[in-house]
Amino acid sequence: MTQTIIWTVAILTVLGLLLALILFWVARKFRVEEDPRIDEVEKVMPGANCGGCGFAGCRAFADAAVKAPNLDNQYCPVGGDEVMQKVASILGFTVAKKAPQVAVVRCNGTCANRPRTNEYDGVQSCRVKAALYSGDTACAFGCLGCGDCVAACQFGALSMDPQTGLPVVDEEKCTACGACTKACPKHIIELRAKGPRGMRMYVSCVNKDKGPVAKKACAAACIGCGLCAKTCQHGAITVTDNVAYIDFTKCKLCRECEAVCPTGAIHGVNFPKELDKDAVKKRIADRKAKAAAAQASSEAKSASADRPTPGLRESEVGKGVMDAGVRGGAPVKKEVANG
Amino acid sequence: MGKLTFSMGGVHPHDSKYARECAIEELPLPQTVWVSMAQHLGAPAKPVVAVGDTVKVGQVIAEPGGFISAFVHSPVSGTVKSIAPRKDLAGNPVMHVEIAVEGDEWDPAIDRSKTLVTAIPDDKAAILDRIKACGVVGLGGATFPTHVKLNPAPGKVAECLIINGAECEPFLTSDYRIMIERPKEIVIGAAIMQKVLGGCKCVIGIEENKPEAIRAMGAAVAELGYPGITVQELRKRYPQGGEKQLIDAVMKRQVKSGGLPIDVGAVVQNVATSLAVYEAVQKNKPLITNVLTITGDHIPGNLQHNYLFRIGVPLSFIVEQAGGIPQTAAKLVSGGPMMGKAISNLDATTVKGSSSVLYLSEAATRRHPETNCIRCGKCADACPMGLEPFLLNRLYKAGDIEALEKNAAQDCIECGCCLYSCPAHLPLLDNIRQAKGQVMGVIRARAAAAKAAAEAAKAAQQPQK
Repeated sequence: MTQTIIWTVAILTVLGLLLALILFWVARKFRVEEDPRIDEVEKVMPGANCGGCGFAGCRAFADAAVKAPNLDNQYCPVGGDEVMQKVASILGFTVAKKAPQVAVVRCNGTCANRPRTNEYDGVQSCRVKAALYSGDTACAFGCLGCGDCVAACQFGALSMDPQTGLPVVDEEKCTACGACTKACPKHIIELRAKGPRGMRMYVSCVNKDKGPVAKKACAAACIGCGLCAKTCQHGAITVTDNVAYIDFTKCKLCRECEAVCPTGAIHGVNFPKELDKDAVKKRIADRKAKAAAAQASSEAKSASADRPTPGLRESEVGKGVMDAGVRGGAPVKKEVANG
Repeated sequence: MGKLTFSMGGVHPHDSKYARECAIEELPLPQTVWVSMAQHLGAPAKPVVAVGDTVKVGQVIAEPGGFISAFVHSPVSGTVKSIAPRKDLAGNPVMHVEIAVEGDEWDPAIDRSKTLVTAIPDDKAAILDRIKACGVVGLGGATFPTHVKLNPAPGKVAECLIINGAECEPFLTSDYRIMIERPKEIVIGAAIMQKVLGGCKCVIGIEENKPEAIRAMGAAVAELGYPGITVQELRKRYPQGGEKQLIDAVMKRQVKSGGLPIDVGAVVQNVATSLAVYEAVQKNKPLITNVLTITGDHIPGNLQHNYLFRIGVPLSFIVEQAGGIPQTAAKLVSGGPMMGKAISNLDATTVKGSSSVLYLSEAATRRHPETNCIRCGKCADACPMGLEPFLLNRLYKAGDIEALEKNAAQDCIECGCCLYSCPAHLPLLDNIRQAKGQVMGVIRARAAAAKAAAEAAKAAQQPQK
């Protein structure tokens, strides 16, 4: 009896040791070399696995980051600069700071602004709706209101406002992963720089129709009049295909475009003070009048310097003033008269 | 021969052809027409007129924008007012040529007499050129340019030309009326196409619910005496007028997934296309008119019409001429109730393929609330392409494009039989249409990548020579 127990224990011990040796050898022989930094990087990642960076998940991002020669082509929108700095310090890279971004809905076609012309009773999906027709209203570019973006958001940052029928972005929750921008068949959601203390300007319309058509379809449409582009001192606004666009890398948040926009298509958000339109308009008018006067006087000077013939001088001076008037004068005159 | 039909799936909606006794009336001219540049399958046409030009009826106003594209002719005489984007039926902007109507002066090259020209020209290439120059496209729904279809790729031989007179969509009667009123022209058109295809046999397929049309067409065939043309009675079943279904019914052959009808030796053309071919070849008249049905459920008889309209006339004008929108109408549909599109913009204009304006009542168009799929398999039974709509629906929701392709979502012909038969009222077709789009995108991207790779390989080989 005792002998049996001893034999059993001995055989099992020997067998165990033997197998352990085999396993040890196999583990050494077939070991997969993996950079330990991948684990380290993965640890500092947010772990949302949202795919906003363009990779399948956080580990795929970490794997690519470790293998890449630099971090120029990789950015985790969810973690932002904080995470990227950590990743860079682990891998010994440097990363330039990127301004945090946020999703912006570029449509203000609320139920009040955009009268419904059709009734839709099909599948509640923007993609299906977009394949069938241009939408419930006369605007073929705006929000369809079925909430594909809300369904696409993994962070609960989007919700439909039943009052307006438009999606609302919760800035606290939005990670700028870009899932909503891909889900929207009308491409009205854009990732824009969050701006200092969340202050930012944007054109809340993507309607490419000509002014009267756009205006008829929606009271808050951008009519492509170009007043904002003319007013902007920083060259941040361009008007293409009858719709204005503010380049957020150039915008200085002066809010002058918002003040001059005749339809209220330009929105400024998170500003501490309400916009005093009249004051801003007056400021613009004063500046333009000053510029026109300065130009007129400089033209007069150059004309007198270049052409000493007295007969020609007057007509040249007159032309200079008229040119200045045509360039920026027409709206200025109006504003001066109002002010 | 007995009555034939296709082998798989299909449904039997009530045919509701209330406007069948309404003879074709010619619609008066409006003050302005807007001619769309994208009224055929393929690349949009390019306008060749400028604002301010005066045009005559039948004058070319746009030329093809690619290989698969078609000429567009002026349907009226007058002055070109503008060339600008305008909203189409679905509200999407499409380039249109606006023409203000002045009088009705036709291009003198067009033979406007009613005499029947039975002698068919000998030169095949000349016939094809004429069909192309007259902008003829398939009028069965897809508006595929006819000259492309009648010119099979080298090595492909057409064995049978099928003239589609099935008109399986409920309500529509425009094809029925032309078969009754102009059977001889249709038969001559069929004989012309038969000649172009190299003298293959020709079968005119008509569903059994149109006995007068079968009689009229049979009499025309017998009287004109062209060889190899027969009229075939088909059992009433939707979607018999689908190209692949009609080939199955008439020839007992199935077109394989991704294949074309010509692969099984078939060419299918609609009766209205046949009429257009006759007018183009024998009368030199471009495709500027077509017949359209105005009908619906629960509407008085005096509001129902079959109109011969000039292509480019706005729908609102037609509706006004027909007596206005009836009180009972809750939804306006262009095309049949099964495959047609809801009209969201009545200012849109008619195009070459316009076949009807339907006024449907609230009861007929109401969507029922969705319930759960009980896997009864009715959709799979109804699918004429042998697909499993319930499965495709689930795969679409799961976003599994690979499995969708494996289960042939790209073969869906969007006939709506699954949606029609689903007891749970699931939006099967809406989702499958999306899935089909996604799969087609993947297939096209793959084909483009393969082509690019082949060209790269070719380019790499050449310097070695």
